[in-house]
Amino acid sequence: MKAYKTIVEDNIDILVAGAGLGGTGAAYEARYWGRNKKIVIAEKANINRSGAVAQGLYAINCYMGTRFGENNPEDHVRYARIDLMGMVREDLLFDMARHVDSAVHKFEEWGLPLMKDPKRENAEGLAKGAYMREGKWQIMIHGESYKPIVAEAATKNADKTYNRIMVTHLLMDEAQENRVAGAVGFNVRTGNYHVFKSKATIVGAGGASNIFKPRSVGEGAGRVWYAPWSSGSAYGLMIEAGAKMTQMENRIVLARFKDGYGPVGAYFLHLKTYTQNGYGEEYESNWFPELEERVGKRYLDVEASHVTARPIPTCLRTSAIISEINAGRGPIHMVTMEAFQDPHLEEVGWENFLGMTVGQAVLWAATDIDPKYINPELTTSEPYVMGSHATGCGAWCSGPEDLSPEEYFWGYNRMTSVSGLFGAGDAVGGTPHAFSSGSFTEGRLAAKAACQYIDDGKAEGIVVSDQQIADRKEEIYKPLETYTVGRNEIVAGTVSPSYLLPMPGLQRLQKIMDEYCGGVTVSYMTNDKLLSMGMQKLKVMEEDMEKVGAEDIHQLMRAWELKHRLRTSECVFQHTFFRKETRWPGYYYRGDAMKLDDDNWHVLTVSHRDRNTGEYTMEKAPCYHLVNDEE
Amino acid sequence: MPTFVYMTRCDGCGHCVDICPSDIMHIDDKYRRAYNIEPNMCWECYSCVKACPHQAIDVRGYADFAPLGHSVRTIRDEEKGTIAWRVKFRDGRVKNFLSPITTQPWGTKIPDFRNEPEPSDEMRNSHLLAFEPKYIRMDDGGLHTLESNKLSLKAGGEYHESL
Ligand SMILES: Cc1cc2nc3c(=O)[nH]c(=O)nc-3n(C[C@H](O)[C@H](O)[C@H](O)COP(=O)(O)OP(=O)(O)OC[C@H]3O[C@@H](n4cnc5c(N)ncnc54)[C@H](O)[C@@H]3O)c2cc1C
Ligand code: SF4
Ligand code: SF4
Repeated sequence: MKAYKTIVEDNIDILVAGAGLGGTGAAYEARYWGRNKKIVIAEKANINRSGAVAQGLYAINCYMGTRFGENNPEDHVRYARIDLMGMVREDLLFDMARHVDSAVHKFEEWGLPLMKDPKRENAEGLAKGAYMREGKWQIMIHGESYKPIVAEAATKNADKTYNRIMVTHLLMDEAQENRVAGAVGFNVRTGNYHVFKSKATIVGAGGASNIFKPRSVGEGAGRVWYAPWSSGSAYGLMIEAGAKMTQMENRIVLARFKDGYGPVGAYFLHLKTYTQNGYGEEYESNWFPELEERVGKRYLDVEASHVTARPIPTCLRTSAIISEINAGRGPIHMVTMEAFQDPHLEEVGWENFLGMTVGQAVLWAATDIDPKYINPELTTSEPYVMGSHATGCGAWCSGPEDLSPEEYFWGYNRMTSVSGLFGAGDAVGGTPHAFSSGSFTEGRLAAKAACQYIDDGKAEGIVVSDQQIADRKEEIYKPLETYTVGRNEIVAGTVSPSYLLPMPGLQRLQKIMDEYCGGVTVSYMTNDKLLSMGMQKLKVMEEDMEKVGAEDIHQLMRAWELKHRLRTSECVFQHTFFRKETRWPGYYYRGDAMKLDDDNWHVLTVSHRDRNTGEYTMEKAPCYHLVNDEE
Repeated sequence: MPTFVYMTRCDGCGHCVDICPSDIMHIDDKYRRAYNIEPNMCWECYSCVKACPHQAIDVRGYADFAPLGHSVRTIRDEEKGTIAWRVKFRDGRVKNFLSPITTQPWGTKIPDFRNEPEPSDEMRNSHLLAFEPKYIRMDDGGLHTLESNKLSLKAGGEYHESL
């Protein structure tokens, strides 16, 4: 095997591992508070086009507009908690919401074109300069260059940005138990081994696609809703380091345009399109009485939603689609033919995709679907594990001192249960509806706290032995070695008794997750028996992961992505098994506990994987809710 | 396929290789030109298409659901600050779109904090982030807190949903 160079970057104060929306916010803010600190970014791709926002966005989905008198932070918290059936970290959400506007105003200053809507100033009596609203929380943008713009804020303020570094492991301090000491990884082009020794580490490595078997097959397998490069690394890295995780059962299933997975937000909210079944009928309301029965009036009160603006949780609307299709009345259509008669709305409809999911426009062009004349099909996606959209998977993090009750507070904002290890965006659990702007904001919050952590002397005396560095190196390159040895046994081809290539490995993982943990092919259904069997299969797969083989450095990246996805999946299984109820019908169903059970499960689930034994412990943590003082 | 590269247009400059978030645009050893090494890991994100100085990269919709005979082309112009799209249907119809990508000259509007004065200790000890509290409240007051908004956090399932 080729000998790869070891490149050590020492004396880092703040390491940002993964620089999407969360990571770029972190690097920017870290410099503000840490003028003389050494700030380094390690990013798997090219920071200018990496992460979920690589192709741009057409909306900023989290903006309060407090300045214009629109919403207060607590309004957003209440919205997110209804949407997530009560299960959120309200301290973290309030904190994100009270800061998020300041990030958005900076984006505008930096050049991100936010659409304005002068009409609203008169009609709604808002202060001057109000933005074009897509919905109560979303504003519309021309965001093709969203990522390059925030990337500049990060690179300008970091001491060094390393692109193309796949971070594989966090380094652990050997002087103090449960303290992080940086990270290691390799350059996916040169193959060189990179060691980052750091006092604090902010993980912004994003959520996980491709864990459950995608609907797309073969050549199209990359057409997933969340980016195919979202490899669950935030979770893989943190779980492996022993960080506690929360709400990992809370995967998300999205209603999206069929095959292209083009987003529907602007369609529902701004274009006012609506759905109907294959026979042109409204179907949603048929399923709500049954759902109301199962989840309780508190979470679905159709009458109240009619009278007030009380939102119907996303999962329940998804559930209605699933039920209607299973009842044989598919496909579900989005009625676009009315809205698209307005040329302005038609333009918005198309640009919405060109700005964030070009593949949907490609599909419509290929199939001659002009939504002005044809109502396109919708479908429900495979599940995704992430923590910034309408779902809250991620690390169990401390909140800020002035908001958090004692169970949620251990010193530094957005710090995980591992000292010096912080998270942002998808990495942080219990904070759904952060989206791009909220993830950036969380990065900023984590960075300020990380600076404080260092200034308080909490990172003194970190020890990382050469042994730890050498051990990791050996582990990282092992798949290359495994391949080289095994390859000699066979004539040619991809089938070997001695190694498993990353792609077939990924397919095995997806099959297990799909069939045992509630994926597409089982209509999102699972139960205790299936989950136990799935966990067993995953254990065996973990053994096989010792034999994952990589032909070259590119495949080595895929091998490590698979390892991170596997670690994430294992945690998802543990959580799904633990929560014995169906809290989010539409995201998944537990056939052995089809009802929502507030008496026993009005709690957040928290897991801990022992770093040495790999054993999980599960616990329930109290769910705190904002209440008005008068109440 | 996601993406493919026209042999006659590509000069092997490597911009696409440099930008692809999936690391799947590679230079072919024999022809010294770029190609997509792993189409099933392509998101059709168009990052490479936008980066190619010779319009050598195009996208052919995923074979598992997209018929042949369409094209979605784009030109992203950093100087003008615009992106142009041309959508051509299988049946020949065409739609054109043009959007802004930035309102500022590139690389000018983001400060490097190393050149700016240090924040005060008072700010450090507060919950404020950079440049706050400007714009985060209607009345230009300080940060929202539980106290300022007359709220408390209570544990358990007892709360009233008033939205
Ligand atoms: C199709 C689509 C539409 C969306 N629409 C909207 C919208 O309209 N409005 C909105 O506000 N939000 C939207 N979002 C959500 C938004 O993009 C995410 O909430 C946000 O990007 C999450 O930020 P993050 O930093 O956690 O992850 P990301 O932005 O995905 O960043 C993760 C980063 O980590 C890097 N990374 C991953 N693994 C590693 C590793 N092992 N080592 C080093 N680096 C690594 C990645 O390359 C990437 O740069 C949309 C997302 C998608 C996919
Ligand atoms: S950017 Fe264009 S010209 Fe340059 S290598 Fe890629 S395809 Fe070829
Ligand atoms: S479209 Fe995106 S994912 Fe596909 S090759 Fe180009 S840059 Fe890579």
